Amino acid sequence: MAEKLNLEIVSPDKMVLSEEVDEVVATGSLGQFGVLPGHLAFLTTLDVGELSYRKGGATYYAFVNSGYAEVSSDKVTILAESAEKAEYIDLQRAEEARKRAEDRLSRATSGSETIDEKRAEVALKRSIIRLQVGGKVEHR
Amino acid sequence: MGSLRDIRRRINSVKSTRQITKAMKMVSAAKLRRAQIKMTEARPYARKMEDVLHSLVSGVDRESHPLLAEREASKSLVFVITGDRGLCSSFNTNALKGADRLVTELKGQGKSVLASAVGKKARRHVRKRAFDVANEWEGLSGKVDFTVASEIARTAMSAYIEENVDEVYLVYNEFKSVTLQNVVAKQLLPIEATGSEAGSENMEFLFEPSIHGILDQLLPKYVEVQVFQALLESQAAEEAARMAAMENATQAATDMIGALTLEFNKARQATITAELMDIIGGAEAVKR
Repeated sequence: MAEKLNLEIVSPDKMVLSEEVDEVVATGSLGQFGVLPGHLAFLTTLDVGELSYRKGGATYYAFVNSGYAEVSSDKVTILAESAEKAEYIDLQRAEEARKRAEDRLSRATSGSETIDEKRAEVALKRSIIRLQVGGKVEHR
Repeated sequence: MGSLRDIRRRINSVKSTRQITKAMKMVSAAKLRRAQIKMTEARPYARKMEDVLHSLVSGVDRESHPLLAEREASKSLVFVITGDRGLCSSFNTNALKGADRLVTELKGQGKSVLASAVGKKARRHVRKRAFDVANEWEGLSGKVDFTVASEIARTAMSAYIEENVDEVYLVYNEFKSVTLQNVVAKQLLPIEATGSEAGSENMEFLFEPSIHGILDQLLPKYVEVQVFQALLESQAAEEAARMAAMENATQAATDMIGALTLEFNKARQATITAELMDIIGGAEAVKR
């Protein structure tokens, strides 16, 4: 049985990460799931969320903006719409995005303008999670 | 043989042309490098996607998803991808010729053909040939990104799903190497059985939420990735073609300057000889 997992995260415009890791925890569309070496092969869609992986004693974080995960006994492949390692997240930009999304959402609920409420909600969720993941890198 | 001044003027004009072509070559080289980097960065995703899709599709009935199901084709949609600008030797014409060939072939099979243009050159051609135009994009040079690709892919998919068309093709220049571009016509929809049978051990997968839920999301994404790849290839191929064309032009200008300089020197020599004859003739006359 495999001892390690080969984790690969790719987004349409580049390879974000490719590493040997011990454990992966990701956010599936049906909730969080953890993968250890020797996992049963499965395929799932991913929600906007946090992905963490353990390598040696340290845990690392990354932001994944929806996509798919293909899991086999020694490999985890994440096909993400977009993804960033925690240390590359631009907190300031994420914060601005959050404010913008909140603003749009409040205007949408007041009904004064025609704003796609669902889109604003997704944008808000994305920016909040991005902030969360980005915040984790400093406390390490 | 022109007068001295004419020749000198021509030399200068060719020289300044050469300067321009040289500069354009440099610019293209830089753009090519950027396009190539983008292309290689996008490759892993496309490859993984194909792997995942392959293990998925092998386990399902093709008829179960609209994007996979093959129908009797009577209406085709052809996407022609070219650049916005010329001066790149046969890059644009090749793609357009390829498109014409495909259209004739499809029409020969009794299908009606719609065309969509990506790039200014394609648009002009498609309009002139009075194809039925479906959609147009332009101004993409140097700024191809995934958003544009998915927009193009979505129009193709919605036309397909609403049964406005029964099959969709892409015609574009494939980037083989810096010196070689190749026009290809590729079927985009319905999604063909993905190749590479080898290596698939036909693993039993668990699917979450369900295989159809995943297919619903994955297949459109796959089409988008295909379009994205085609756009990136075409872009790299365009810059490569332009670079080669400008290299040739620079070389031709250098040759021409050489020839003109020779002509100039000959003409100068001839004038000097004529003047000498005059002087000598005059001196002889005075002596007598």
